[in-house]
Amino acid sequence: MTQLTIKGLWKEYDGQVILENVNLEIGNHEFVTVIGASGCGKTTFLRLLLGVEAPSRGRLLMDGRPLPSEPGPDRGIVFQRYSLFPHLSVLDNLLLGLDLLGSRAFGRLWGKRKRGALDKADRLLDAVGLGSSRDKYPAQLSGGMQQRLSIAQSVICEPRVLLLDEPFGALDPGVTADMHQLILKLWNMNKMTIVMVTHDLKESFYLGTRLLVFDKVRFDPQAQDRFGATITYNIPLKGRRDAIHQRGAGETPLLPHLA
Amino acid sequence: MARLINRYPNRVQAIVLSLLPFAVLVAAYLAASHVRLAANPGDKLLPAPATLVEAIHRFAFEEDERSGTILLWTDTAASAKRLLAGLGISAALGMAIGIIVGVIPYMRAALAPFVAALSLVPPLAILPILFIVAGLGELAKVLLIIIGIAPIIVRDVALRTAELPREQLVKAQTLGASTWLLVKRVVIPQMWPRLIDALRLTLGPAWLFLIAAEAIASTDGLGYRIFLVRRYLAMDVILPYVAWITLLAFAMDWLLRVGRAKLFPWAEPMR
Repeated sequence: MTQLTIKGLWKEYDGQVILENVNLEIGNHEFVTVIGASGCGKTTFLRLLLGVEAPSRGRLLMDGRPLPSEPGPDRGIVFQRYSLFPHLSVLDNLLLGLDLLGSRAFGRLWGKRKRGALDKADRLLDAVGLGSSRDKYPAQLSGGMQQRLSIAQSVICEPRVLLLDEPFGALDPGVTADMHQLILKLWNMNKMTIVMVTHDLKESFYLGTRLLVFDKVRFDPQAQDRFGATITYNIPLKGRRDAIHQRGAGETPLLPHLA
Repeated sequence: MARLINRYPNRVQAIVLSLLPFAVLVAAYLAASHVRLAANPGDKLLPAPATLVEAIHRFAFEEDERSGTILLWTDTAASAKRLLAGLGISAALGMAIGIIVGVIPYMRAALAPFVAALSLVPPLAILPILFIVAGLGELAKVLLIIIGIAPIIVRDVALRTAELPREQLVKAQTLGASTWLLVKRVVIPQMWPRLIDALRLTLGPAWLFLIAAEAIASTDGLGYRIFLVRRYLAMDVILPYVAWITLLAFAMDWLLRVGRAKLFPWAEPMR
């Protein structure tokens, strides 16, 4: 069970208000998509959940406890770029999380535990379609394959919350459709909560069980930094979740209401 | 006809072109030497090829009458020992301090300005201090190399470490890395090829400081020999020694470059 609670959250930098009065409940195994104009604070919101930013005011709770103020293995992250380790092969990139969590002194597993980790990594590699690339370096992969690996890398640590920061923003449309199937498959396998920032409206409706729109409700043309953005729409899409499940992996996404 | 910037030499042309400047230099030397020796057979400035070969033979293949050793090899061994010690210790310091400064904000605040100031001290200006404090032995010579290049390597490694994408470091934390594991599994492995780059760039200064130290206070070494025979205007010895030093430096640079490509293929530019 993972319940995220956000109460009266504000974020300011040097008098510039980014987020104001954000209140939100995210239930277990939700897939929350976050959209908004650029500069509306949606990435700041994600960074607050990640723990690389601290709130100016308000509280962030996971299952009633304050979120740790630094990144940790309970919250996975996939950035648009740069979240792979260029010096590690595909397989070692995937094993890294298991190595780090399993061996606090050396960051490497040996023997039986290593074999267990290898087994798990190989299964996940096949599941994300990277089985044949396991010995390549990230720079030798296409953008789509890199993002598959980055997602798998986070998922293998079984985080309670997976944060996605415009993960498909730099990919071709055809590749993005594949990625959507992949992320839904992993979301169902791992029963984790996902918070995904995107600028693609279709994507946000298609993937989410809940859609958040960030925007400013107050605006002062003389002092544009005076007011921040907040959640202006919080749209439950739960009814659509079953439909998405039925469509499942492999099929082409259908979006009749948006097409 | 394509533009000049779009025309490329083929393999053979590239090799010929790369050898051309060397050939020009040798030809110019031979011509100038010939002219000077024709005017004055006793001229020592630009010795004839035969004189050079004779000197090389004397220094590289015959035992020295006084010491009973082959001078070129004992000089090379003495210099190499100092140079490698200086480079090795500088590399170790550069890697350790550079990564700590690059990764840990408190250490950066404490050490970065100090290292920056230290790297601006002219090493040759404190050479007298080194000789006074460390004596005239091996220590002072190795120390001069370290003082000359370690701050550069420290700064370079620190900058490269700080250049690692923030995303990577955050990702590693979400995979469970502590500061120590982050350094061990993410930072250090990515800094090895950067360290090699820094070493390649500091090879020139390292040789400079080595020869300066040997010229001033030493009893063997390549720099010592050059400055010793300078008294007799022995260009027939100096020129081969300079060529030999250049060749050694070039070989070290080449080894580092090839070793980097072999050991860290992921750090090579991909096509």
